[in-house]
Amino acid sequence: MLSCARKLLLAMALLAASLSACSRAQGDGHANRQNFDLIQRGRYLVTLGDCTACHADPRRSDSPFGGGRPVATPFGTVVAPNITPDAQTGIGNWTAQQFDEAVRRGRMPNGKRLYPAMPFPYFARMSVADLGAIRAYLNTVKPVHHAVVSDRLPFPFSIRASMIFWDWLYYRPGEWQPHPDRSAAWNRGSYIVSGPGHCGACHTPKTLLGGDEQHRALQGYALEGWFAPDLTGDAQHGLAAWTAEDIVAYLKTGHNRFDAASGPMAEEVKDSSSGMNAQDLAAIATYLKGEESVSQRQAPLPASDPVMVAGAAIYRDVCSGCHKIDGSGVPYLIPDLAGSAAVASREPTTVVQVILHGAASVATREEPTGPQMPSYAWQLNDVQVAAVASYVRNSWGHAAGSVTESAVHSVRESGQGQDSGAR
Amino acid sequence: MARRLPRKDVVIVGLGWTGSILANELTDAGLEVAAIERGPWRAAATDYPPNWAQDELRYRIRHELFLQPAQTTFTFRNKMSQTGLPIRNWGAFMPPNGVGGGGVHWNAETWRFLPTDFVLRTHLTQRYGARFLPADMTIQDWGVTYAELEPHYDRFEYLCGTCGQAGNLQGQILEGGNPFEGPRSRAYPNPPQPQPFSHTLFAQAARTLGYRPFPQPSGNLSREYRNPLGVRQGPCSYCGFCEWFGCGNYSKASPQTTILPVLVRKANFVARDRCEVTRINLDPSGRRATGVTFVDTSGQEWEQPADLVLVCAYTIFNVQLLMLSNIGQRYDPVANRGVIGRNFTHQTISDVVSFFDPKKFIFNPFIASGAIGMCIDEFNGDNFDHGPHGFVGGGYMGQVQTNGRPIETTPVPPGTPKWGAKWKQAVKENYLSATKPGTGVHGSMYSYRDVYLDLDPTYKDRFGRPLVRITMDFHDNELKQNRFLTDRFAEIFQAMGARQMDKQYRRAPYDIGDYQTTHLCGGAIMGTDPKTSALNRYLQSWDVPNLFVIGASAFPQNAGYNPTGTVAALAYWSAEAIRTRYLKSPGPLVHA
Repeated sequence: MLSCARKLLLAMALLAASLSACSRAQGDGHANRQNFDLIQRGRYLVTLGDCTACHADPRRSDSPFGGGRPVATPFGTVVAPNITPDAQTGIGNWTAQQFDEAVRRGRMPNGKRLYPAMPFPYFARMSVADLGAIRAYLNTVKPVHHAVVSDRLPFPFSIRASMIFWDWLYYRPGEWQPHPDRSAAWNRGSYIVSGPGHCGACHTPKTLLGGDEQHRALQGYALEGWFAPDLTGDAQHGLAAWTAEDIVAYLKTGHNRFDAASGPMAEEVKDSSSGMNAQDLAAIATYLKGEESVSQRQAPLPASDPVMVAGAAIYRDVCSGCHKIDGSGVPYLIPDLAGSAAVASREPTTVVQVILHGAASVATREEPTGPQMPSYAWQLNDVQVAAVASYVRNSWGHAAGSVTESAVHSVRESGQGQDSGAR
Repeated sequence: MARRLPRKDVVIVGLGWTGSILANELTDAGLEVAAIERGPWRAAATDYPPNWAQDELRYRIRHELFLQPAQTTFTFRNKMSQTGLPIRNWGAFMPPNGVGGGGVHWNAETWRFLPTDFVLRTHLTQRYGARFLPADMTIQDWGVTYAELEPHYDRFEYLCGTCGQAGNLQGQILEGGNPFEGPRSRAYPNPPQPQPFSHTLFAQAARTLGYRPFPQPSGNLSREYRNPLGVRQGPCSYCGFCEWFGCGNYSKASPQTTILPVLVRKANFVARDRCEVTRINLDPSGRRATGVTFVDTSGQEWEQPADLVLVCAYTIFNVQLLMLSNIGQRYDPVANRGVIGRNFTHQTISDVVSFFDPKKFIFNPFIASGAIGMCIDEFNGDNFDHGPHGFVGGGYMGQVQTNGRPIETTPVPPGTPKWGAKWKQAVKENYLSATKPGTGVHGSMYSYRDVYLDLDPTYKDRFGRPLVRITMDFHDNELKQNRFLTDRFAEIFQAMGARQMDKQYRRAPYDIGDYQTTHLCGGAIMGTDPKTSALNRYLQSWDVPNLFVIGASAFPQNAGYNPTGTVAALAYWSAEAIRTRYLKSPGPLVHA
């Protein structure tokens, strides 16, 4: 009897809660709704996590969290959901626990499992407090009524239960723990890179199933037609030539004396790292500079190699006008091919992508110029692109291997490449 | 029926140099600004990238960056007694079109006018007496002085990263610069570009004749530069495709490479490209502009209401908008009354093509930039005594050869057949060893009572509006000036070792098919008296105080220099007056 009465009371309470949720679009009604510090911390964490990169509404520039943006994965296209506090189509009705389950464990309130396009294996490193702050901030953004159909993967990936196996292989729960022997800056950098910043989501090599190769963290990975470069101190492929200041300038402004952010990294700079504070940028640089060099130096292709001879001639004809004969470019305007991590990457994807389709570097408040490189797809055939790409990857201290004609062909066929037009 | 847009603080007609400068200054002041541009959006790296911009046929011969006459044109006649006919292919000048305006295709010669140029009538009358000037010459003082414009010249040069050697630094004459220039408050932001061979030899020859040659002030960058807005440019690669071409190399100063990257980030700025403004709207009093009406490519008419209207289009279009909007009294040359269309001028250009011994001289003319060159200024403005010569005005002259492009760089000595094997042989022999400065003598054109703009009585545009009619011819003063200057110019090539020269004097009648420069000036001039000027000294309309008309259309007459430096200085000067005075108390800044 008592039990029945309690069930009834509970049902009434739930009904009241859901009515309240409908009117207020708030699933966690107990939260302090004017906790300024918490909301500001959450806003900053959303910047660190670059949530808008996937959750923006592509139909409207004023809706950074309305969802609907297709995210290309090797398994098909995943569409990021609406994370505004809209009760029907967003996350307005989610409880704090449900939000935590989704962000840190990849479980939806209906029990379905999220695909790792949502980088929950990284977000698992965040603390409960950080989660609460993010939710507090998201509760303040304008609710957008926008129903997003997320399930667009082909069979068999459309079976979300397959994620049970994936999670078992690759998902490791547990908040990030500081390393007692390292500096505070290193630890903060480690937290950002491995947690909210989820740098490895792009920059760590993946297994065939799309899981991180943990032993090769941040050593570079090709995705979306670009190669996210090696962020370690590796002398051959990584950021050995970059100082901490170079890394900070690149993340903050999109540009440094060597390189310019274009492609997916341009978006990251625009939406995320340009909004990070100076201490955090310095912490990321400290952490990345603290990673050790790994690979053995290879020998570059000999200058007498016919491919190198042809590449040198093409380089002189079509590239040297801007990048200079010695590859040094113009600081902050035309990348220094000798110091560019993208040029020396393990895979030539980015170099080929940029030669074929051009690239628009990011324009930021500090560096508003946003210089662009034009497309050479109409001017150079696959053999010529392969030759000049091989040349730049084996000159000025680089020894990154030759580029095949078929590698160029596949980038050309993919037709990826951003719209390098301003309009 | 026109659809009405939400009101803005400022509407700008035309997004070239002046529109971009005004938009940036006024958005900085917190105003909501809309710019409306007839042509397309243009971005340096995608619209004219360095891997296909160097196309002489496409850009030089077929005029791709310019307004297509099919969209709109002007009629032309030499004399008031003649009937004007429409221009169907641009010749004497090239009206720009599209975002960046003439700042996209220009060579980037970045001169200042002489202090005496701004007080021309007063100065010449004092020095030579009023009777020395031809009776029908209508030159005037500007109402603004060099000293007042100096800080604004300076701002533009630092915006562009202008490369040059100061000749007069705060009154101190410096070796290697132009000793005749007005005092500048500081040196150029960048050193001159190293000069090619023929330009260097020209300077040596000029020195032996007692002249003081100096590098032409240039917006082709000699080194990497970050301007005060934070926008970066890189060093010029001497590709030789500058004038008529856009620079995708970020090394020619243009709105795209100096201002627009900052402007487009601002939330209080919006630009509409491919929209043609058809009139300035006035309230019933006719004393206040309420905004503009424009038409998009779909033929839809729109009204953009605004508190302040800035007309920043090309010279003739500025004048045309005033005429078609019934602002100000139209100029009547017979009655010598009215101001809109008055004091229209162009330039007096000539060239000397010189032929040198191919065994001794290899100039490699293709190594060049748009504003490269060594010049002398001894014969400009009133830098020399005109008393013995019987004319006024002058110009700079120099070896300012910008290219060796294949289609047009075919210098052959006089007497060579015009085609066939002998012509080809002569081109081959002379290509590397001839000099062809292009606009070697850059002479002034002063204003006359019978050189003006009005509305054509016959020809109409696609909206049914009358076309603007140009009535223009050379007067004896300019022809004498040109003969004198061209002879002096040839003497320098003689001293340089030329074995044959082709002196191409400018002759009357004015030829609308023969390119001189795109420096059309006047028609809506600034001044101190509403009876003889359309605008006051701040480029504010005397008749409609919330209307400013910015550009070379404000020049009372044209000096012997390229106009862009002065056009931009006037834009900054006007912007400062709007920011510091007009916004505090909207109304006439000068009471006539």
